[in-house]
Amino acid sequence: MSEIVKAENLKKYFPVQKSFFEQLFTRKRSYVKAVDDVTFSIKKGEIFALAGESGCGKTTTGRLVIKLVNPTSGRIHFSGEDITNLKGERLRLLRRKMQMIFQDPYASLNPRMRLGDAVGHPLVIHGLIEGKKEKQELVFEVLSKVGLTPPEQFVNLYPHQLSGGQRQRAALARSIILKPEFIVADEPVSMIDVSLRTTIIDLMLTLREELGLTYLFITHDLAVAKYISDRIAIMYLGRIIELGSRETLFLKPMHPYTQALLSAIPVPNPERKRKPIELAGEVPSPINMPSGCRFHPRCPYQKDICSKKEPRLKEIEREHFVECFLYDV
Amino acid sequence: MPLLEVNSLVVEYRTSRGKITAVEDVSFSLEKGETLGLAGESGSGKSTLGLSIMRLVPYPGTIAGGQIKIDGVDILKLREQEMRAIRGRKVAYVFQDPMTSLNPVKRIGDHFVEFICTHEPTVKKGQAFNRAKDILKNLGISPERIGDYPHQFSGGMRQRIMIGLAIALNPDLVIADEPTTALDVIVQAKILDLLETLRRIYGMALILISHDLSIILERCKKIIVLYAGQMVEYANSEELHENPMHPYTQGLLRSIPNIELSDQQLSAIPGSPPNMLNPPPGCRFWPRCQFAEKKCSSEAPPLVDVGNQHFVRCFFHVSEGTNNE
Repeated sequence: MSEIVKAENLKKYFPVQKSFFEQLFTRKRSYVKAVDDVTFSIKKGEIFALAGESGCGKTTTGRLVIKLVNPTSGRIHFSGEDITNLKGERLRLLRRKMQMIFQDPYASLNPRMRLGDAVGHPLVIHGLIEGKKEKQELVFEVLSKVGLTPPEQFVNLYPHQLSGGQRQRAALARSIILKPEFIVADEPVSMIDVSLRTTIIDLMLTLREELGLTYLFITHDLAVAKYISDRIAIMYLGRIIELGSRETLFLKPMHPYTQALLSAIPVPNPERKRKPIELAGEVPSPINMPSGCRFHPRCPYQKDICSKKEPRLKEIEREHFVECFLYDV
Repeated sequence: MPLLEVNSLVVEYRTSRGKITAVEDVSFSLEKGETLGLAGESGSGKSTLGLSIMRLVPYPGTIAGGQIKIDGVDILKLREQEMRAIRGRKVAYVFQDPMTSLNPVKRIGDHFVEFICTHEPTVKKGQAFNRAKDILKNLGISPERIGDYPHQFSGGMRQRIMIGLAIALNPDLVIADEPTTALDVIVQAKILDLLETLRRIYGMALILISHDLSIILERCKKIIVLYAGQMVEYANSEELHENPMHPYTQGLLRSIPNIELSDQQLSAIPGSPPNMLNPPPGCRFWPRCQFAEKKCSSEAPPLVDVGNQHFVRCFFHVSEGTNNE
């Protein structure tokens, strides 16, 4: 399988707003290191999940990859082409190939736009259609693809007339209308009721088959990530600390953080009495990062080296990358 | 005598567009020190049910019928003044959002002092302060931080403080309404463990409200599954897990991913929850139910005792229930 997206040493630092006095008296600028040197690639046709707790940088990484924000440094390749510095018309053309679905279907659809217009809007923006009729045909086609059938019943509705699940379907329809190759889905099911989540996930899987899509699936819910994705990257404070196939990651988590994260997930079984691994303290501030490995203050296995040197992501087994000194030989 | 007894409770919201029966004919009881989980999707009436036990259902909601007995006293008959003696002291509530339920311009200690002194006027400020410090210790927060403001704490710590406030008067029952929904998994596990430890220390009963059936199965002894304001199933957690009887519960259990299973096949419940202004006739679940028959769309099924303290609201278990007898 060839790579469709490749991110190399991607960094995004957001400057921290300082008060007037601080600006007068200090020279040093401080930054939130939202994404701090992240490298990964996504193969064509796969579902690649970025998982982690809030504030770990998963959403920023997703936005970097499709050029919604510009990286502080590092490179992004899409289908072999370096798109890091793409601007203007060429970037606009590229956007047809990459789309995004957002978390909140209540906020991502314009409340004053009828569904048909909202879903067909990308066509208008990119000037891909001649007349109304052509637009309608294409809108009907994608609406039936996402299960909003019969489409003629839905095109004239406003978002408030739809349920959360239907809205997220509409958002999916809008994202596929340009026939993209790559979709970044940022927590697409976390605001949807449990009984409907599976329908959205299954729809995403079907669309992948039918349209040959590749997804970057951003989620905080590892159980969902396990269900949908082929490979998973776990992020902590702006870095990928473990990356591997779904099977290896869940059967053999190696990074102490991944192990703790997995042990904390509730299991729907009352007989199974699990013991979550206790982590000391809480996630530190991304402005004042701990020295060395950024997980070391909370790590149950920390060694001397952990506070002094930063570990690097290493391939411990085939296709299983871990960023931890425990596995250094 | 059970600590809490709810008998055929009905809660309605009278809106300009019509009447919504958010809780319909719910009955259950809870003993001292027990844990009960209320599971259901958004709009199933789980929060309304929780709030009605405190008589705090917001306008335009009213408790239209039924009984809520705490220690044998029907609180629906109490005057507002008498109700204040129950809130906080007998029953306490932990709200969902720790970010907005603390006063941002008040120090943490003052939250505790105000709460304790309002309910127990004989307690001096200094005593209340010391009690607050003890509670913080139990919460795993350094007592030195008692003078800090809410914004200086992380989300998980704020939720701990909310729990601390709830237990400050040593209530018999704590109702935790989605206490961990806004939090990350690791913090979530910690908060739930904390609730469990405190429950043991103080001997409280706990009602845990959550949309996440995994949490409820893991943490609660008894479980009520709510759908569109009705109790569709009521059983012990092991029983509910081993032998779910209502098609809705079965569907929910099939739609939760379990990280311990490899190659799990999930399936969804078709359709979506009903519009509560205009619920379907008969069984509220029938439009989404794969087993629905003609009868389901015209007659409302009763809650049937299927034995083993297991109750189901579904026609298909009526016959089974009687056959067993």
